Amino acid sequence: MKALDIKGLAKTYKGGVQALKGVDLTVEEGDFFALLGPNGAGKSTAIGIISSLVNKSSGSVKVFGHDLATDIVNAKSCIGLVPQEFNFNQFETLFQIVVNQAGYYGVPRSIAKERAEKYLKQLDLWDKRNSAGRELSGGMKRRLMIARALMHEPRMLILDEPTAGVDIEVRRSMWTFLKKINEEGITIILTTHYLEEAEMLCRNIAIIDEGQIVKNTSMKALLATLNVETYVFDIASGANKISIEGFETRANDDQTLEVDVLKKGGLNPVFEELSKRNIQVMSMRNKSNRLEELFVRLVEANQAKGTTNE
Amino acid sequence: MSNRNMTALYTIWIKECTRFLRIWVQTLVPPAITMSLYFVIFGKLMGDRIGPIDGSSYMEFIVPGLIMMAVITSSYSNVSSSFFSAKFQRNVEEILVAPVPTWVVIMGFVGGGVARASIIGVVVIFVSMFFVDIKIAHYAVIIVTTLLTSILFATAGLINGIYAKSFDDISIIPTFVLTPLTYLGGVFYSASMLEKVFNDFWQGVIQINPIYHMVNAFRYGFLGSADVNIILALSMLVGLNVLLFAVAYRLLSTGTGIRT
Repeated sequence: MKALDIKGLAKTYKGGVQALKGVDLTVEEGDFFALLGPNGAGKSTAIGIISSLVNKSSGSVKVFGHDLATDIVNAKSCIGLVPQEFNFNQFETLFQIVVNQAGYYGVPRSIAKERAEKYLKQLDLWDKRNSAGRELSGGMKRRLMIARALMHEPRMLILDEPTAGVDIEVRRSMWTFLKKINEEGITIILTTHYLEEAEMLCRNIAIIDEGQIVKNTSMKALLATLNVETYVFDIASGANKISIEGFETRANDDQTLEVDVLKKGGLNPVFEELSKRNIQVMSMRNKSNRLEELFVRLVEANQAKGTTNE
Repeated sequence: MSNRNMTALYTIWIKECTRFLRIWVQTLVPPAITMSLYFVIFGKLMGDRIGPIDGSSYMEFIVPGLIMMAVITSSYSNVSSSFFSAKFQRNVEEILVAPVPTWVVIMGFVGGGVARASIIGVVVIFVSMFFVDIKIAHYAVIIVTTLLTSILFATAGLINGIYAKSFDDISIIPTFVLTPLTYLGGVFYSASMLEKVFNDFWQGVIQINPIYHMVNAFRYGFLGSADVNIILALSMLVGLNVLLFAVAYRLLSTGTGIRT
């Protein structure tokens, strides 16, 4: 079943800014889906329309078959939203915030209190249940918004940059939690600027730029299109003098060598050449995240196309 | 009403009540102090010189008007500031993403304003008992007028909150519209006193002030006599309530001030 089915979605703000230019997008039930794009690409507008915070100009949005225009109650009940900005009442306690959120969806108070305990405990916030929202750290606030979004037990969770500004430890615990609830059956749509996060968590991906989808495929298929990877070798010395036949090389300084390696070619010839020259390799790493590489290429290609069309 | 809507309504209402009770020093205490000062200065010190009005002492005459003044101010300011704060902190989005019908949102916020106004009404009656023996002629008129008035001004406060873009915007209407209308609404004087000060035109203007009718209907509940037709006053209240509810419904359902 399609968890999300968007057709021809367009949005023009007052003042004429065209944020979405006819977006078509499908997310299958149970998917962990990445919606990526540079700042101002239209991600948050699309999420705003799906979650009824932004009025669309045209197009249709169906959530688990419920059309937002004609069956809004059922459509809204299927969605849990974790927005980019903190949007809870800073003076209410965590317990009040999550219990009230369940109440807006019609969850009786006794059940809401049980769920509040369950989700606040799962997100390590139970000890803070009587603290006001404003007293929390950034990472706690992000986790609170996830707990709040789950209170009506939605079938689909939309997370708009959920790990922005949180430390790596909290980020990893959030990844584990999101993976777990996805395995339990919740469809997840994620936007993020941490592309390794999307690469690691998501099975399918759409890249949006200038209000249009420029790529919509599986993560595996997208990564397979990347045929060159750049490796950085930290060596003892002599990087300036090295050139390896069949490979493009660059020396950042005397101890740092960058080598572009074709996916099919492998790394053995590089090591052989370095060994032959008695150059000691201290360490080696990927220059950048693979998805990041592809993302930048796709966005640049789209923007170049836009410039040519103008 | 479905169980889902009933729960949503109860949740918004409880949230609103919790808010004004949490900050009770700002929301419940000031009217008690202000009204005590009015009773001392206008009722006691000046009232003795003014003498009786329509067979009641001046203190007895102003008590209903002062209660009504507190009810109007508190119901309006409760909803305007609460709704604007929810917009400002963006926590109104918690309600917008949920399947809460527009009329439930209006009733929840307005219900909060009515609750605060009712508590303040009781507090001011209690304070007034230190200054005068309260006599009540018609309980039903007092309850109906209080409810209709607080619903009306809570809805007006909601409309103000919907349109407001800054904190200044929620103080402009109370300062420049509500306060003058209340002071010219017969809180401190009767219709017979108007004839001595205003010409026919201004008397006419004052009598189309809805607050004038509300204050007098409320006074009728206490004293059993009033300057206005009680049926006309209550009908006006019902009509204005229907009108403002329709306006608030239209604004919220089209997303004015809350959706882009």
